Amino acid sequence: MKCISPVIRNLTRKPGRTTALVLLTAFLALSVFSGTVVVSSLRQGLGSMENRLGADIIVVPAEAESKASLKNLLLQGTIGTFYMDASALEKVRETEGVEKASAQVFLSSMKADCCSVKVQVIGFEPENDFVVQPWISESLNRPLEDMEVVVGCRVETDVGNNFRIYDRNCKVVAKLAATGTGLDTAVYCNMETVHMLLQAAEEKGITHKIDSGNDSDVVSAIYVKVLPGSDPGLVNNRLNGHVRKATAIRTAGMMTEVADSLSGVSKTVAVLIAAVWILALVILLIVFGMMVNERRRELAVFRLLGMSRKMLSGMILKETALCSFAGALCGVTLGAVLIFPFTTLIETSLKLPYLSPAPGTVILYAVFAVTVTVLAGCMAGTRTASRLSRVDPGTTLREGA
Amino acid sequence: MELRAESISRRYFRKHGEANFIEAVCPVSLCLEGGTLTVLKGKSGSGKTTLLNMLAGLLQPSDGTVFLDGTDLYALDDKSLSRLRNEKIGVIPQGRSAVDTLTVFENILLPGILYGGIPRTDDAESWMEALGISGLRNAFPSELSGGELRRMAIARTLTAEPAVILADEPTGDLDDENTSVVLTALEQAARAGKAVLVVSHETDAERYADRVLCMENGIIR
Repeated sequence: MKCISPVIRNLTRKPGRTTALVLLTAFLALSVFSGTVVVSSLRQGLGSMENRLGADIIVVPAEAESKASLKNLLLQGTIGTFYMDASALEKVRETEGVEKASAQVFLSSMKADCCSVKVQVIGFEPENDFVVQPWISESLNRPLEDMEVVVGCRVETDVGNNFRIYDRNCKVVAKLAATGTGLDTAVYCNMETVHMLLQAAEEKGITHKIDSGNDSDVVSAIYVKVLPGSDPGLVNNRLNGHVRKATAIRTAGMMTEVADSLSGVSKTVAVLIAAVWILALVILLIVFGMMVNERRRELAVFRLLGMSRKMLSGMILKETALCSFAGALCGVTLGAVLIFPFTTLIETSLKLPYLSPAPGTVILYAVFAVTVTVLAGCMAGTRTASRLSRVDPGTTLREGA
Repeated sequence: MELRAESISRRYFRKHGEANFIEAVCPVSLCLEGGTLTVLKGKSGSGKTTLLNMLAGLLQPSDGTVFLDGTDLYALDDKSLSRLRNEKIGVIPQGRSAVDTLTVFENILLPGILYGGIPRTDDAESWMEALGISGLRNAFPSELSGGELRRMAIARTLTAEPAVILADEPTGDLDDENTSVVLTALEQAARAGKAVLVVSHETDAERYADRVLCMENGIIR
């Protein structure tokens, strides 16, 4: 004889009602989990971008015009190929208030073997760099040799493979951790390598040179760290006045813009979650309210047979908790399936840095979503349980006898 | 075993009418002893079911007390009273009293397992056999007729073996043959030492009774 559990029997033998409750609670869990993960990923992306940028000011050629080009490069991996005379680096270093300055050269591939799309090649000076090197050091604990590259996490190649660009083979020696920004699709190498690649591009008829310079005399961007105690705004103004045909951009301003966009998205997500919750809670209360009438007689029988009010409430709450738990698991699973395979799409659509939280954090969010959903289900169920446990069995069973 | 009511009454307040309350049961004292079958008859609305519910611990009397072997039912908290009802008082109510999501067999075993007891499967099977519903073991209540549901409720109470059985119109939906089967089963329970109260307006029941009481306008005569 199998054990009779009225709770399980009620759930399995009323599939319509059970499914409705599971779906409703799944909807709640989905909204909480996916909303939390998206907002958290955006925040993490912003933090990562701040960490990775590591500079107070970026000097770019005037042709890069606005910070939009640089922002797009950093956030979305949009190819940026703008150049200025390398002498700008010295002028920057001479400027009062500048502690460190490090140049980078950008080069776009026509089509790399590894990738179906163009990739951004970034050449940097390992000896002077304070922007990329600390980050690369996490994956590679030696200096980059010539014709060696380090690739962003979204570049589809592995360490040890050859990366072919403009008919030159570069060896992939490390793959970087995710940043959630456009930097994840970039390829990093030292200045010698990038100049060799510039030369190779030249041989292919693709020129990256500025009007009056040659390959070794160009840089794309100069990253500046100001001296402690110096006013970055003042240094920025000095740079704009001192370096010809270049524009100095404060990274703080760029970050503020990104943070503002992120705040807007966070608010929208919060409003959506709140709307979903209000709607779903109202529906839950209506469903439970209907259940009160539907189950009055059945629960009167349980009271008649000796079930106490507390047991009756416990039984209803158990049913609700089981449904909510099943729904919450479905919702969280659905959220994971809808979000994690499509992080790139989300990042592209939102045009904001997007970095998925670590697995441990995701599990915490999942536990949070499940807990909140089960609690909400139980709270809605408590009202029903309280009403049903007060049913007068004698009168109820006589009604419609 | 003894179920004793001392001057219990029940008043219902009403908004309309000459008086602002109606006396469904006037003060009544009654004793149901183990080994006896008492039949309570009376017209509809005479207060029989209200009295039965008060005796079962389901309806708090307006005045008076109900004792089961010296225990004042209404002095107990809900938990204790519910447990006591589960163990010692079997109620066969009017109308449908099945849990729709359980099979007939599971419904019959339900009182015995509510507090974690071992299902009395053998007893359940023999009462189902005796009451002619053994073929409905795996059926659901929605598939049963009124008479079958009534016999299921009786089998459920008899299987639980309570000390007191309170049956409200137990033969209401039954034909003559099944009426006889049910009343015989209740008589057997009384002979086995239970205190049985049958509320009925059918004269057939009186033939099985050790004592017949008549209720009229809330008063036992």
